[in-house]
Amino acid sequence: MLALIVLLPLAAFLAILLGAPARLTSIGAAALNLALALYAATSWHCTCWAFSVPVLAKPAINLAFGFPDGMSVVMVLLTAIVTLAAVLSGKAPQGREALYYGSSLLLSGGALGAFAATDMFFFYAFHELALIPTFLMIGILGRGNRRAAAWKITIYLGLGSIVLLAGLVWLAALSGTFDMGKMVAAAGSIDPAAQKGIAGLLIVGFGTLISLFPFHSWAAPAYASAPAPIAMLHAGVLKKFGLYGLLRLAIPLVPEGLQGWLNPLLFLLLGNILWVGYVTVSQKRLDLLLGNSSVMHMGYIFLAVAALIAFPENPLARSAAIVLMFAHGISIALLFGLADRIERSTGSIDLEDLGGLAKSAPAMAFMFGIAAMASIGLPGLANFAGEVLVFLSAFKSYNGTSGLAPVQIACILSIWGVVISAVYMLRAYRNIFQGPSSALTASAPDISLADRIPALLLIIVLFAVGLYPNLLLNLLK
Amino acid sequence: MPAYYLEALTVTLGIALLMAEAFIPSKTKGWVGIAGAIGLAGILGLTCLAIGPEAKPTADWANWSLWNFYTFDSLARFYKIFALVCTLLVLLMGVDYRKILARFTDHPGSEAGTGEYHALPVFACAGMMWLASARDLAGAFVALELVTITFYILVSYMRRNVGSLEAGVKYLILGALSTGFLVYGIAWIYGSAGTMSLPLIGTILLDPAACIYYQTNLTPLLFGVALVMVGLGFKVGAVPMQMWIPDVYQGAPTPTTAFLSVGSKAAGFILMIRFLEPFLASPVTRGPVLALLVVLACATLLFGNLAAIAQTNFKRLLAYSSIAHAGFLLLALATWQAGDAQLNAPKVVSFYLATYLLMTLGVFFVLAQVRIQRDGENIADFNGLGTTNPRLALALTVLLAALAGVPLTAGFIGKFFVFYLAVEAHLWWAVGIATIAAGAGFYYYFKVIRAMWWMPPTDSTPVSLPPISTGCIAVLTAAVLLIGIWPQPIWSLLRCVNPPRVVTQVILD
Repeated sequence: MLALIVLLPLAAFLAILLGAPARLTSIGAAALNLALALYAATSWHCTCWAFSVPVLAKPAINLAFGFPDGMSVVMVLLTAIVTLAAVLSGKAPQGREALYYGSSLLLSGGALGAFAATDMFFFYAFHELALIPTFLMIGILGRGNRRAAAWKITIYLGLGSIVLLAGLVWLAALSGTFDMGKMVAAAGSIDPAAQKGIAGLLIVGFGTLISLFPFHSWAAPAYASAPAPIAMLHAGVLKKFGLYGLLRLAIPLVPEGLQGWLNPLLFLLLGNILWVGYVTVSQKRLDLLLGNSSVMHMGYIFLAVAALIAFPENPLARSAAIVLMFAHGISIALLFGLADRIERSTGSIDLEDLGGLAKSAPAMAFMFGIAAMASIGLPGLANFAGEVLVFLSAFKSYNGTSGLAPVQIACILSIWGVVISAVYMLRAYRNIFQGPSSALTASAPDISLADRIPALLLIIVLFAVGLYPNLLLNLLK
Repeated sequence: MPAYYLEALTVTLGIALLMAEAFIPSKTKGWVGIAGAIGLAGILGLTCLAIGPEAKPTADWANWSLWNFYTFDSLARFYKIFALVCTLLVLLMGVDYRKILARFTDHPGSEAGTGEYHALPVFACAGMMWLASARDLAGAFVALELVTITFYILVSYMRRNVGSLEAGVKYLILGALSTGFLVYGIAWIYGSAGTMSLPLIGTILLDPAACIYYQTNLTPLLFGVALVMVGLGFKVGAVPMQMWIPDVYQGAPTPTTAFLSVGSKAAGFILMIRFLEPFLASPVTRGPVLALLVVLACATLLFGNLAAIAQTNFKRLLAYSSIAHAGFLLLALATWQAGDAQLNAPKVVSFYLATYLLMTLGVFFVLAQVRIQRDGENIADFNGLGTTNPRLALALTVLLAALAGVPLTAGFIGKFFVFYLAVEAHLWWAVGIATIAAGAGFYYYFKVIRAMWWMPPTDSTPVSLPPISTGCIAVLTAAVLLIGIWPQPIWSLLRCVNPPRVVTQVILD
């Protein structure tokens, strides 16, 4: 059953390649997939979702999908929602529809495959499948200095993937199986010295994919150049693959190894939150600002991972990381989608050129305002639920008598990041929507009805999870 | 049907093609290649009927002494199929390459005098098929020379092209040198072991009395092995015997380059498997031979991949890539002791070569057409292929991604097996170097993908594909994707391959 969700976007991609109408096919496939994913979320305990076909006898590899726990369900749901929004909100350049929509579907299929796979071989392989169209699309249809940006992301993520593969193969060689369920069941059998090596490879490999400081410099230019649906899907969904991998494999399998890397990791995640945060404040273009802000917010999720490493018995940290992954995915997709709309309606994305857009485009201003508030972490929106849980989870074992552990010091420092993100988001909002109108914004058209649908879809999800986080937390129990 | 009929039929086919080409007056010579391909397809069908003496011990032919020279196990069957498929595709590539060939032969613009080019690969194929069955060094040497001498002609076939002539001279001189090493090495082995039969050498090396002798007199034997490995290293392109490869690959006609990089390399590797088997089975010689293999593999991986980074000519890039893949194959051989019945070095080498055939020949089909229509072989000549020929560019993207080892393609599974075995064999240094090599490979193959999709086209007329090339590229690309998800079709051909013998101790009285 789950194979259907993964294969549907790929089948739609093939249909487009063979000449089916690109936009209609992709919207149809994405909508159907969202319906299937919602159905899966209500019945994921049922064994009927599992799927397995043997591929190789030795090393034993199966093309296997399934929901080992609620985390996969949340990620599949996130992918399905963002995919539908992405294919609805893009506007393909004349004559390149097949390429534009086809690659979005390929990306979506790859991400779904990675989140649904229960075999490590395909877990890794599907993620690579999603990376290739990302690279190509940024280079083909990107904006600005697209070739340099695309080549940079290709090299960074390509090398990151190879480091990751080295770690995964080492892990599989020591566990003697590629079945992730069996691996986790046999956890604890890996000797601590090897754990440390594996953990280092996994942190660097996954970290590059997640844009962990200092491996993050590919992200902002790539997202600034990428066509809207690719930026939405990569920043919103595919980047979470690395975090998903850390939570799924690294934390249960090499806990002792990760302990050794805890303090360096805390420094790096503070680099994400504070260093990249200040870099974000100085951005003059909305697309670069959003790209950097997405790098910065990864720091919070890493903080939850670090809390989980420091205090292994910490179910709150795990839920916090997953809720924040989901919330960030939805909000950043919404922001990238709206930034694209601002550029299409005014012709510029430079904060200096814009101003007073709220007068000519009030609906756009309202929606962007919600997205910006979500990104800052305003209560009532999904990101708030995630960030509060993260900060709480870092103080899990604190009892007032012992001193502050490193994780707690890092947590206190990173709360400053909330202020930083308020500064840049509100500044961007003021520069774009308020103040005197500029030549570009005076007669800019408001967001069209067709473009409102994907934005509304994402906003509803943000509110739903923000007001009632148990929607996700119940899945994670 | 006894297996040796296959070689006999192949040689007959080659002679028939040469005669027909000489006596049938026809302006175009494409039909020679097509007839050859059809003939080879027929022989390919017959491989499933072929049997060795084990299957029918009562027959007259089963007791011939031929079987001292010639074996027909499942490895032999696999490499015969490999040689036939490879030659068949090369012949088809040659059919579409006629125009360029005609431009550089004696009568520029006319196809007169190009007919042999389409018939000669069949002889090389017969040589490769014999190599697949060789179990005696003398027989193996003769078969290898049949392959090599055919290639001397094929490489320099474009007589009026300086590049082709240069390639021909280089290949001739270095080929002769490597033959010298090979024969000299065989002589030392014969002098030391008293036989050229590989199974007999295996028996001697496991014989307790002989082992006592070799404990003090091993050097001549090892010297012979090293010399033979130098000769074979030339064939497969192992560093430091790789220096002929870039120039020869660049100068030779494109179908010949494809044949060299797939067929000739595979022939070298099957001979290497057969030749090293007795030496790797015995504890007396295993240590030094494995060390030699690891050193060769690491040097080849590093040189092939790092030197490829700087290339701007696509054909030269593929030459370095073929060195790089030889490195992975040598690394697989170096894991000889690690495997078991299901997954072992000979199987992985064979599987890797099969995936390498699919990917490399597919790329060469595209390269040949770009060479014909853009009149250049530089990476820059692929600029903008994504806008002018999106489907062709998509196919080439898949093939190059497979060569780079991107998951869900055949190339990844091959590399994956090699890494898996290398980890099982605890060759940590080699694993580290192979990881760097794979990273470099990712970079230079994506350089071509970048040119296709990101650069503006220099020439906006699309590359038009003739039907044969279209069909072959489509089939090869689909196969690369299929094998990447479901490797069973190739794997089942290797099912019955015997696991390598690894004797840990020879019991002494």
